[in-house]
Amino acid sequence: MTLANAIAGIIWLGISAYAVFGGADFGGGIWDLLAGGPDLGRRPRALIERAIGPVWEANHVWLIFVLVYLWTAFPEPFVSIATTLWIPFTLAALGIIFRGSGFAFRKWANTVERQRVYGAMFAGASAMTPFFFGAVAGAVASGRVPLGNAVGDPLTSWINPTSLLGGVMAVVACAYLAAVLLTREAVLDDMPDLVEYFRVRSLISGVLAGLLAGGGIFVLAADAPSLFNGLTSPRGVALIATSALAGLSSLWLLLTRRYLAARPAAAVAIMAVLWGWGAGQYPWVLEDTASIEDYVASDPVLWAMIVAFGFATLLVVPSLIWLFRLTQTRSLGDGEIRKDSTEALMRDSHEQA
Amino acid sequence: MVGQFAADLNLLAARNQMAVSLGFHIILACLGIGFPLITLIAHWRGLRTGDSHYLELARRWAKTMAVLFAVGAVSGTILSFEMGILWPGLMGPFGDVIGLPFTLEGVSFFMEAIFIGIYLYGWKRLPARVHFLSLFPIVLAGIAGSFFILSVNSWMNAPAGFAIVNGDVVDVDPWAAMFNDATAVQYLHMLLAAYMVSGFLVAGVYAYAWLRGRRDRHHYLGFLIPFVVAALAAPVQIVVGDTAARRLIDAQPAKFAAMELITEGGSNVPLTVGGLLIDSEVVGAIEIPGLASLIGTRSIDGELPGLDQISQDELPPVNIVHWSFQIMVGLGTLLLLLSLYFGFHWWRRRALPERRAFWWASSGAGLAAVVAMEAGWITTEVGRQPWIVWQLVRTEDAVTAANGVVWSLLAIVVVYLGLTAATIVALRRISAGMRTGGEVATPYGPPPEVER
Repeated sequence: MTLANAIAGIIWLGISAYAVFGGADFGGGIWDLLAGGPDLGRRPRALIERAIGPVWEANHVWLIFVLVYLWTAFPEPFVSIATTLWIPFTLAALGIIFRGSGFAFRKWANTVERQRVYGAMFAGASAMTPFFFGAVAGAVASGRVPLGNAVGDPLTSWINPTSLLGGVMAVVACAYLAAVLLTREAVLDDMPDLVEYFRVRSLISGVLAGLLAGGGIFVLAADAPSLFNGLTSPRGVALIATSALAGLSSLWLLLTRRYLAARPAAAVAIMAVLWGWGAGQYPWVLEDTASIEDYVASDPVLWAMIVAFGFATLLVVPSLIWLFRLTQTRSLGDGEIRKDSTEALMRDSHEQA
Repeated sequence: MVGQFAADLNLLAARNQMAVSLGFHIILACLGIGFPLITLIAHWRGLRTGDSHYLELARRWAKTMAVLFAVGAVSGTILSFEMGILWPGLMGPFGDVIGLPFTLEGVSFFMEAIFIGIYLYGWKRLPARVHFLSLFPIVLAGIAGSFFILSVNSWMNAPAGFAIVNGDVVDVDPWAAMFNDATAVQYLHMLLAAYMVSGFLVAGVYAYAWLRGRRDRHHYLGFLIPFVVAALAAPVQIVVGDTAARRLIDAQPAKFAAMELITEGGSNVPLTVGGLLIDSEVVGAIEIPGLASLIGTRSIDGELPGLDQISQDELPPVNIVHWSFQIMVGLGTLLLLLSLYFGFHWWRRRALPERRAFWWASSGAGLAAVVAMEAGWITTEVGRQPWIVWQLVRTEDAVTAANGVVWSLLAIVVVYLGLTAATIVALRRISAGMRTGGEVATPYGPPPEVER
């Protein structure tokens, strides 16, 4: 394992984490978009908001992690990607702004009409942003990003079959992940109608994701032959098989109402697709243009990044685990007020006053 | 000719897009650093004294922070995109040199995001001690994160940790890059600015309420805590600021000469207050003999750099730099005087001042602190021009070659105007809700009653 491969692995871990955590977040927004009118969609939207609330900011820091590692370890390929694909990147960035602010402002809108506007902003952006990220991935994977300052075509680099596939797959994968997670959330909140609601949606989006992945192989064979060749390597085939297996397992688990176990299965299915892409593209950072070994930063830089990664893991992973544990045990948000909570203290001193 | 015009337009658009997104985000960043500290003090006092007013304040401030952190997070994310989209000539050759501090800053963001979630949502169902302790990582992450990001900007002014051999960047040492000559002073200067902006902004809200007759214990404490934080930072800031400026005399003489509008370098340099440089002549300034040398070198005979010593193609936009610098110093000095007045009055009477002038000034101190901070950033960024990396890479050589940056600039301006308006509306609704005494839901938080 070379240092360069280790760093590439770390970056891919970051992409996986963003896809799972940030992706579930985006997916929540997508279901918010598809929840229907104000009355019909009230309960699903409330569940989504409760589920996302404490964790959405943390979920999206993975994106910064990926960007930073990318530009530190592979600076020239990174700026090639960012400048050629500036349009989808800018649109994704605007989407992130609309999404976060729409979510935050919706609560404070004083008319239903305004709530719907902010809600639409949040939800619409939640659907669009993963599409643009998927399109960027497709562009890189199909070799449409040449090295250099904005050398590639600003439009066809990301408007092409592989990018379209990547974009649509990203959206569907996000929706699928979120639906699976939301079934469990509905169980925890004792809302059987919403369990069924999201179970149906997780099955539909899961099947759709599987069909896209399957059909996508043919798209890649035609549009991104180099990547397709990489995918037919032993590693690539193994990862595709893993994804299919995990995906089918998750569907079976959903059918048999094992929502807790369905979650890791769905996550593995998504991650296997990503690692399959990575295996297919290996050893290129920019397909057919820039290899990992040739364009990686020098060893002192990589060692510093590994130290930073270790430091981050020590601090962030336990903290994240704690945050998720708190949400899963319903220790955050509303509910019965604990006798020793801050809220209880405030009420006690009010009574004494 | 059209090609050159397009390139110039691109550069102008890229510069302004970066300026708009940075100028907007930096205000939220200040609040992200300072507001949790202010809240921690209130929360801590609440637990210590059992006085529920403190905890009421903390809870209301938490709701405000929820909106501010959301807007801050999204406006910050776009900045990391823009580094690559707009400035490939910086990130391409040097992305690996400055990547380490960005990574560590990312760790800070993670800690902030995780623990702000815990603090905002932990009022009812976490043990009080755990809930309180969750504030500490947020405060520490703000202190650490600002160090890392400021080290990057410092590096742009004082590049270190690499060598250039035959046009290639080699011998990269990310740690030396991070701990460059400008890091310490730039970091301290920004950290103190963050506390001043946060303190004066929050206190200003309560100062204005005080003027409108709301003078209960809640407003008393709501003013006192943030104001003291800012007032303690102000005198230290003057010292740090002075140190930061004097570093420039040798390190970035063009920036210094522009800041002080010194046309002729040498000794016994007068302080030029105001004025404009028009056709190499200073017009309309008030000149105080010897004072610039005195302040800058502690001696009237001290040597200061002048614009005459800088070649034409390395001059920054002098008037912008000069005015932004003096606006910053002027406002900073006024804020110092306000803080000293308060401190003196408190020392004598142990009570809040009575004079309406003090309360009017305190109401506006937040805006003054924000303007001073922005002016400071304009001074250092515009003063570094034409360089994006001091004396190594010109900004015009670092910009993207893609056409159409003017469209993303337009989009950013429109979106950020809307974002500013929406943020102000949301904050006003939060405070209105607080005034009516109703229990209001946290933005993007769970509804007051769980729907079954």
